[in-house]
Formats: sequence, structure tokens, C-alpha cells
Amino acid sequence: MSFVTVEDVFKTYARRPILERVNVEVDEGEFIAIVGASGCGKSTFLRLLLAQERPSRGTVSIAGAPPAREPGLDRGIVFQRYSVFPHMTVRENVVAGECLRTRWGRFFGDQRKAARARADETLARCGLDHMADAYPATLSGGMQQRLAIGQALAAKPRVLLLDEPFGALDPGTRLSMHDFLQDLRAETGMTVFMVTHDLEEAFKLGDRVLVFDKPRWDPHDPTAYGATITYDFDARDGGIPFQNLKEDTHVLQAH
Amino acid sequence: MEPAVAPPRARRRTDMRLINLTPGRALAVFLTLVPFVAVFVAYAIGSEIRLAENAADKLLPAPSTVGDTMVRLTTEGDRRTGRILFWYDTWASIKRLGLGIGISATLGLIFGLAIGLLPLVRSLLAQFVAVLSMIPPLALLPILFIVFGLGELSKVVLIVVGTLPFIIRDMSQRTLEIPQELLVKAQTLGASSWVIAIRVALPQVMPRLIQAVRLSLGPAWLFLIAAEAIASDLGLGYRIFLVRRYLAMDVILTYVIWITLLAFVMDWLLRRTSKRFFPWAEEGL
Repeated sequence: MSFVTVEDVFKTYARRPILERVNVEVDEGEFIAIVGASGCGKSTFLRLLLAQERPSRGTVSIAGAPPAREPGLDRGIVFQRYSVFPHMTVRENVVAGECLRTRWGRFFGDQRKAARARADETLARCGLDHMADAYPATLSGGMQQRLAIGQALAAKPRVLLLDEPFGALDPGTRLSMHDFLQDLRAETGMTVFMVTHDLEEAFKLGDRVLVFDKPRWDPHDPTAYGATITYDFDARDGGIPFQNLKEDTHVLQAH
Repeated sequence: MEPAVAPPRARRRTDMRLINLTPGRALAVFLTLVPFVAVFVAYAIGSEIRLAENAADKLLPAPSTVGDTMVRLTTEGDRRTGRILFWYDTWASIKRLGLGIGISATLGLIFGLAIGLLPLVRSLLAQFVAVLSMIPPLALLPILFIVFGLGELSKVVLIVVGTLPFIIRDMSQRTLEIPQELLVKAQTLGASSWVIAIRVALPQVMPRLIQAVRLSLGPAWLFLIAAEAIASDLGLGYRIFLVRRYLAMDVILTYVIWITLLAFVMDWLLRRTSKRFFPWAEEGL
């Protein structure tokens, strides 16, 4: 049984179809990159995965659980902007990943001390330990997104959702964020969905690349039909999967 | 070949656009002081002219007379009771104002957060508050006097009635302006509605609350003085309207200057508080 199951999902806003007949199954630990033109329902699909919105028809279920009705601990999210709390310091933001689920949204005493120590470890891994007491507004865009990812991971979600997380970053920062994300993934092996505009990024990071597009198109009424997944690429090994021989051929190779 | 167009001549400072001319520190201080000094000088001249015509003129007492009155009011006790009424008036007014604004701010924060965060409460109360805020508070003053009597309560209630709807509307608007992303993010970290209210929304609207209180201080003073003028036996507004009968301009001016100073200091303290406790909200304050 697959880990994330999207079954026959339709999403309509005010009778205007956005998504139609979306079916996809994802195994645990897969990295799914989602691409498509603007307005093709990529972000809507992510919101459905997040359970921020519910599908008009069909179901989205994670780990065999009944479809969620609101966002919860099992799904972590990083948005392009506004992903961290501006009124908390960098360290408090990471601690928030653990303490917001408590009754008062805070840790006290020893628990607090332990959480802060764990947060400092997370920050060191994100390369933010020197900024622990600063407020997010003083961080650069790349640092803020690293913090947002660190915060999301502190809550230990089953699925991590990234909505164009690197869209606002410069190319250099973007590359280092790729390395950061790949390292984290190798460590945690979690299931990731990432919406991006950048095809290269999608094929570099993703195990699979889902393309959203409108299969039907009415030139007189462009909004008449919704989008669906039109391609589902295997993107391992740079988009050319089965090029490696799976067994040792015992043939001498000339170098 | 000669260039067809002469190179632009170096622009002098005065050639710059007006919007780009910024004063240096000394000039800034000077410009700040200009209107204050101008008003004082204009008053002094006006007073001089009137007093030259009629030494007993009461409308524009000389600045020195006002100064003497200030000293007398703040140091000498009342002939009958021995109390220095100036400080009693001040304390009575500040107490009413603080109580009224404090109640308004607390209720405004609670209702504003509830309306901003909870769609159910929003449907229930948003329009009701919008209609309530259209009632002119001073028109309610007679009702307040009838219902709550002529004591402290009706004055405090007038300030609350006058400032609460604005604070509720402002707070609910600010709460609605919190990016949806942050609320979703908090939910993915497992926060309940209650935790979102106290850990995400509350700290983010607190600087806005201080701002709303700053803006409400003006109306609050207005309602306070109006209530005191009509029915009171102590208070800054009461005193001003009392001595009006004797055309005691020196006393009135002293009280007006004092009220202005108090209002200014309160505003300044609130601004400082905001900067001190919410350093992350630096911009926009």
C-alpha cells in the first residue's frame, strides 16, 4: 500500500474547475517535484495535500489514515514567504516546532532547557547557530528558508510540503539550499512534495517529477476545464533512470 | 566633432528636487522649534497689545502672569481645605482616563482577537460592532448619567463607550491581516486555536494595540473633559469649566498646557513601551 494516496480528486472554486481527476500514489521516502505553468493548480494541489483545503470530490490520505479535515502535525509546510514567526527569535522559532502542540504553547523548566538544547543542534545543522538570538527580519532570504525548514522538521512531520521554497532566492543561495535539502533528506528519509517553477531544480532534487497541465482546452473559455497530472517522470539519476547496469558484468572496461 | 549637447553642469544643492532636500541635525532641531516659538511670540505680542490698551484685560494675560499662576496653582493649597487642587484634579482625571482606556484596551484586544480569528464570532459580532461604532458617544452621555449616576462610573463608561468600538475594529482588522501562512504553519506544528491565539496572534497584534491606544487617547481626553465639565466636583475638565465663569484665562491656560503635556508624555511612554517590548515590529511605529 502506498504512503500517500490521492484518489480521483477534483477541486472547484465557484464552479470553476481547477483540478480534475487527479490520481497519484507515492511511496514513503519519495521526493516528488511538482511543476507546471502558473495557474495550473500546483499550489492548489499542495493545499489539498496540506488539508488547508478539502477536495470537492475524491480523497487524499496519508499512511492509510482517514482524509484530514484541517492541517495537522503529520504534514509540515514551508511557504515561499511568511514561513517563520516574526515575533519569535530564531531559536524560539525552532522550539515552537515542538512546543506549540502543548496546552499553553510553551515549555517550562527542564523541558524548556532540553528543547532549547535540541533547537541549538537543529540550528547548527542549518548553519544558523550564530543567529540564534536574532529576529527573523534580520536574516537573509536563504537563512529564513533554512530556518523555516528547520522549524518544520523540528515537529517531525510524516510528509514535508514545500511551496516554491526557493522561488525568491538568488541562484547561488538556491544551489546551497539544494545541498542543504539533499543532506537533510539523506538523513531523515522523509517524504517530500515540492512545488517549483524551475525544471532544472525539479529534476535535480526530485525522484519523480509530476507535471500539471490542462488536458482539454477550450479556446473560447480557457477556464472551462481544470488541470491534472499529465506526466509523471522518473527523475532519478538526473531524469535518465535505467541507464545503469544493475549487475556486475565482469567485463573489463577500457579507461 | 563637437558634442551636440553641452554636458550638464554640476547640480548645486539648491538645484535638487525639494523631496530630496533633507535637513542636517542642527537645522532639524531649529525647524522643530520654529512653530513653538512662533506661537509663543505671537501670543506674547497679542497680550502686550491688549494689555497696553487696558491693563485689566483678562482675555490674554501676560506670559509672566500665566507663569505666576502656574506656580501658585501647583504649590499653594486651597484656602478652605488646604488641598492643592491642581494635583487632586490631575489625579482624579488620570485615574478616570487610565481606567477607561485600560478597560477599552483589554476588551478591545479580547473581542478583536476573537472576531479576527474565529469566523463564527466574526459573523456574530463584526457588523454589530460596526453599527455600534456609529453611535455618537456624547449623545449617550445623558443616558449614562441616568443609568450610572453622576459618579466616577458614568465618566469611565463614557470613555469606554467612546473608544472601545474603534479599538475592537482596529484589532480585528489587524488580526485578519496576519498572513494566512503563519496560521497554517502554526496548525502544522500542532497548535490549537487557543495556542494560536496566545502564541501567534496575540504577540503580533500587541504593538498594534499600543498604536490603537495612542490614537484613542485624543478621543478619550475629549470624552473625559466633556463628562467632567457636565457633572463632577474634581478633575482637570471640571476646573477649566468652573473658572471659565470668572474668565480666569491664566488658570485655563495653565490647565490646557498641563493636559497637553500629560497627553504628550502618555503618547511618548506608549511609543517607548512598544519599542522596548516589541523590537521585531520596528517598522511602522
